[in-house]
Amino acid sequence: MSSVIAPTPDGVDQYFWDGVARKQFLLQKCSACGALRQPPAPMCSECNALEWETQEATGRAKVYSWLVSHHPTEPDADPRIIVVLDLEEGVRFVANLVECNLADIRFGLPVELTWVEYPSMNREAPQILPQFRPTGDAA
Amino acid sequence: MTKRSLSDQAAIVGIGQTEFSKNSGRSELQLAAEASLAAIRDAGLDPSDIDGMATFTLDSSDELLLMRSLGLQEVNYWSRAPFGGAGANTTIMQAAAAVASGACKHMLVWRAFNERSGHRFGQPQDPGTTVGWNWYLPFGLDTPAKIYSLTFQRYMDRYGFTNEDFGHYPVVARKHAATNPAAWFYERPITLEDHQNSRWIVEPILRLLDCCQESDGGVALVITTPERAKDMPKPPVSIRGIVDAQLIHGHVMFNYYQDDLSRYEENYRAASRLWEMTGLGPSDMDVATIYENFSPIVFMQLEGYGFCKAGESVDFVKAGHIELGGTIPVNPHGGLLGEAYIHGVNNILEGVRQIRGEATNQVEGAEHALVAGGRGGMVLGKA
Repeated sequence: MSSVIAPTPDGVDQYFWDGVARKQFLLQKCSACGALRQPPAPMCSECNALEWETQEATGRAKVYSWLVSHHPTEPDADPRIIVVLDLEEGVRFVANLVECNLADIRFGLPVELTWVEYPSMNREAPQILPQFRPTGDAA
Repeated sequence: MTKRSLSDQAAIVGIGQTEFSKNSGRSELQLAAEASLAAIRDAGLDPSDIDGMATFTLDSSDELLLMRSLGLQEVNYWSRAPFGGAGANTTIMQAAAAVASGACKHMLVWRAFNERSGHRFGQPQDPGTTVGWNWYLPFGLDTPAKIYSLTFQRYMDRYGFTNEDFGHYPVVARKHAATNPAAWFYERPITLEDHQNSRWIVEPILRLLDCCQESDGGVALVITTPERAKDMPKPPVSIRGIVDAQLIHGHVMFNYYQDDLSRYEENYRAASRLWEMTGLGPSDMDVATIYENFSPIVFMQLEGYGFCKAGESVDFVKAGHIELGGTIPVNPHGGLLGEAYIHGVNNILEGVRQIRGEATNQVEGAEHALVAGGRGGMVLGKA
């Protein structure tokens, strides 16, 4: 299995990677106006409130854009499928598509969250990542 | 008459460059000094006349060391442009604003790097280097080719474009570079078949020949007011207008969080501001240089600037409009694919040469050149 770059939490995104370690897929939500923001920010761009909380995402999404990388992070690694997803909650999220044949990828493909553990390129411990696979439903 | 913003408030009076290579064999600071000195001499100035400096935040040469190398005696204004290739336009805008405001008299703008023999932009980014990258690097989204491709895919899907369609641009760029002795790909044109036979970098979007080069080299420009420019040796090139347009939710190379990724919104905004500032339009342009890290972005900008309608750029390019002799020759020097990748600044130098009438692949009688840089752009014209 290809190894991945483990994140270096930067202070703004610590809640997300803490959630990942518990297999929880968390979105940042403004406590004042309820706007979801992904990627997160310390202040709400809608109402400028500083208070925020998290909301666990359903993990249901549709493929908005995709690619197959033939220039992987490590030279000999297998090609990875990278996707931009429209999450059911109405925000975008970049992740990977797994358990999917190339020929079956299409825009709008319904996908669901699955957790996959990878060897880490820059840490001793393995890295778990939120990944997405086709639900098998029609669009 | 009231001043229209930065329209005709500054002129480019000197340009200079080193050779473009894959292994310069010398320091980035030396490349910066060589290119800068060439630009200062081209302007008929002495290094001691330079009192302002601008470059990219990413440039490794610091201002004080470059002053000490060139012999700049006193600098009264300096600034740097954030992020990547869009910074090319921003440095010129900062320089124009600085001389127009009187903060300084003669601005030096430079960009120099060993981007092939040293740190290569096309290689995967180092892990955990920058705030905000955790949303991408763990998922393998770690090169510009991949990052841009997620946007290009939406554009392709919306209009039914294929990688082969985009291949028509690299063929033109390499054709132009083939007759430019300063280009890395001088005398090495390609065919569409060569393009289609090159390997996938990002399937089904980019092949190797869609990607700009990685280059070693340095370029520089000198900018001053139109009044001072009149007394200088080269025909002054006026900055007829210059704009940047950064939109909310953007990232250094993309904006995945806007509604419609198939539309290059920042480019449309830049174009409308530029045409408004200059009172000019696409039909007034005689030649264009268009920032092209990857071939699809040429097609998107041809539409954004209104040379053709949305979705019609592939037909426009196939009809020969962007070739020398066409209605709007694009990147006559070969661009970042054919000449070199000096972070887009070499495309500005080509705009200057075209207006001066001293380009190798000269568009006869060029009065106006668009220098398009994605989220920003400028129009150069005869003073």
